Amino acid sequence: MEKILFLSHTEATGRLSAHALEALGAAVHLRERTGGELVIGLFGGRVETSQVSGTVFSVSGEAFAASRYATDAAAGEQLCKAAGATLVIAPATSRMSRVFSGIAARCGACVDSHVAGLQVKDEALVVTRWYYRQRLQAEMTRASRPWFISIDAGVFEQFKGPGNVIVEQISPAVDASMMRTSVTGIQAPAVGEQTIKPDATALFVAGAGWTKKQADGRSHVAEAADLILGFLKKSGASLGSTKSLVDLQGEGQEVLPFMTHLNQVGQTGATPRHQKGLAACCHGEEPHVVGWRFINERRAINLDANCGWARGKADVLYVADAFQVMEQVNKLLSE
Amino acid sequence: MPLTIVVCASVVPDPLQSLIPLQTADGFGLKNEMMLPHVLDPWAGHALYEAANLAKQIDGCKVYLVSLGLKAKLQQTMMTIAQKARFDLIAIDASHSGFTDSAQTAAVLATAIERIAGLDRANLLIFGGWESASRAAGTTLQILGEKLGIIDQFQAVDEIKMNGDGSFQVLERVDGGKHQISVCAGPPAVLGWATGNLPEPPNNPQLGMMNMRTAMPAIQQAGSADIKDKALAFHNVQAPAQRRDTRIVKDLSTADIAQEIVEWLKQN
Ligand SMILES: Cc1cc2nc3c(=O)[nH]c(=O)nc-3n(C[C@H](O)[C@H](O)[C@H](O)COP(=O)(O)OP(=O)(O)OC[C@H]3O[C@@H](n4cnc5c(N)ncnc54)[C@H](O)[C@@H]3O)c2cc1C
Repeated sequence: MEKILFLSHTEATGRLSAHALEALGAAVHLRERTGGELVIGLFGGRVETSQVSGTVFSVSGEAFAASRYATDAAAGEQLCKAAGATLVIAPATSRMSRVFSGIAARCGACVDSHVAGLQVKDEALVVTRWYYRQRLQAEMTRASRPWFISIDAGVFEQFKGPGNVIVEQISPAVDASMMRTSVTGIQAPAVGEQTIKPDATALFVAGAGWTKKQADGRSHVAEAADLILGFLKKSGASLGSTKSLVDLQGEGQEVLPFMTHLNQVGQTGATPRHQKGLAACCHGEEPHVVGWRFINERRAINLDANCGWARGKADVLYVADAFQVMEQVNKLLSE
Repeated sequence: MPLTIVVCASVVPDPLQSLIPLQTADGFGLKNEMMLPHVLDPWAGHALYEAANLAKQIDGCKVYLVSLGLKAKLQQTMMTIAQKARFDLIAIDASHSGFTDSAQTAAVLATAIERIAGLDRANLLIFGGWESASRAAGTTLQILGEKLGIIDQFQAVDEIKMNGDGSFQVLERVDGGKHQISVCAGPPAVLGWATGNLPEPPNNPQLGMMNMRTAMPAIQQAGSADIKDKALAFHNVQAPAQRRDTRIVKDLSTADIAQEIVEWLKQN
């Protein structure tokens, strides 16, 4: 029988993020399937327990408020050792992802990150994850324990069943060697507003076509910028980009000022999860279209009916001028 | 103080190649794996360019490239990689397949790094990609850091800036498309790089010749390592069929297309 630990940091409020609650949902699912035991380990500046139930091991205090490897690793290590679990389930948030395998190493555990599925087959836990940047999907089993598993966002339903808790406070020793790094702030993109919104229903993917010469022989980058920002504002969509479009910056071309490498989707970019995706002026080869692997409904606008980004990969391809279409879309969204 | 920067970077199949999984006697691999052209793992490549750039700013810095991969592939790719940045190569002949375990890889890397003659641990920066383009896990560097006893670690790094007092500032990508800013008192530290800020350096044949003088013997003399984890098994590896039946809309007016898109966006 497995003993499962759900391990997570809390947010500044002391509460769990939506992603953490999804990973807790995964842990509960696993407990139900394996008939095992589930305990909870939380760390952060503040730890609240109103969203969970059962036994909670907790590490809190000023030293654990910052998202810092040394203190997070110490907290995680002590929580794991207190729980003595065979399986450790965590959300693959950026904070957890920085430290999770380090904690596994301290506990002599094996570790798999970015897990996209958990099943129990013939009493064995089978984990699904992607290899080669979302191009190959594999199922895997491990005979060794403890096994640390971090769960990607958007895979499991959030846990919604808070109940009674028994809290056990743990106080890992903190010394000066663990405080050599100080977190001094969070920096949003330099220009304009936040364009990456993981919780948005829709993703808008812009390709290099927006900066290319148009029918009149000229490029219209400023106009493209206005149309795209206008759409983001009116629709609430998140913004993605092809590699070519963000790379233009390094090549000294006129570029969209709000576009950075953080927006890039694809093999060497992000693979965000959204319900809908609208791509305009993108022409990726097959391997690069993994950028919208996890977008459920996909539509594209391109002048070229043979557009490689859309054919066979999108539900609908509108063969049209994206400048004209998006201008109309923005008008309709304003009404 | 001069830094020792150790960049851990392997090779991966060129992203433009089709990848077909294949069951072999020794577990899963890729069809024609040894025939596929390979490139330096992209994010680890950014780490190498950032290391070379940092080394140029401080006198006496040394850059090592530790590369674990099958000898034949290291040999083929190193000709190109050697033209991009100045480094001393430490090669390890072992599988660079995604279907291996990162803890085993990290253990072998740690041993190789600890063997560097006169390694200046107090001024050591371990660089690498925050995720590989093969296992795509972001696990190896952390485990490596733990094995080397380094507890200042950063992942998804886009920038390092050295301060005059030996400390440095790091920008790490965090959830929601933002950067976390941290200041670390100084090396040793582990940095897993995202894209950074530097374009890929142009090929420099002279630099290539210089690097290859030591890189070639390093590859030839590379010790082989068995990184197989017998407790790990893969099943059902597949390239999921992702063909959609695309409706191609050619003859609709711009206004009608816009209408259709807006209606679709508003649907729940
Ligand atoms: C190592 C490596 C890693 C890579 N990683 C990634 C990655 O992570 N993500 C990624 O996306 N790519 C990646 N690529 C692929 C590469 O950068 C592609 O070239 C790129 O994805 C294609 O860019 P694009 O679609 O923006 O531009 P283009 O190929 O330039 O296509 C522009 C498109 O815009 C259309 N267009 C122009 N004007 C209009 C208009 N007015 N209305 C409608 N359509 C218009 C054109 O018809 C054309 O189809 C990678 C490549 C390599 C070698």
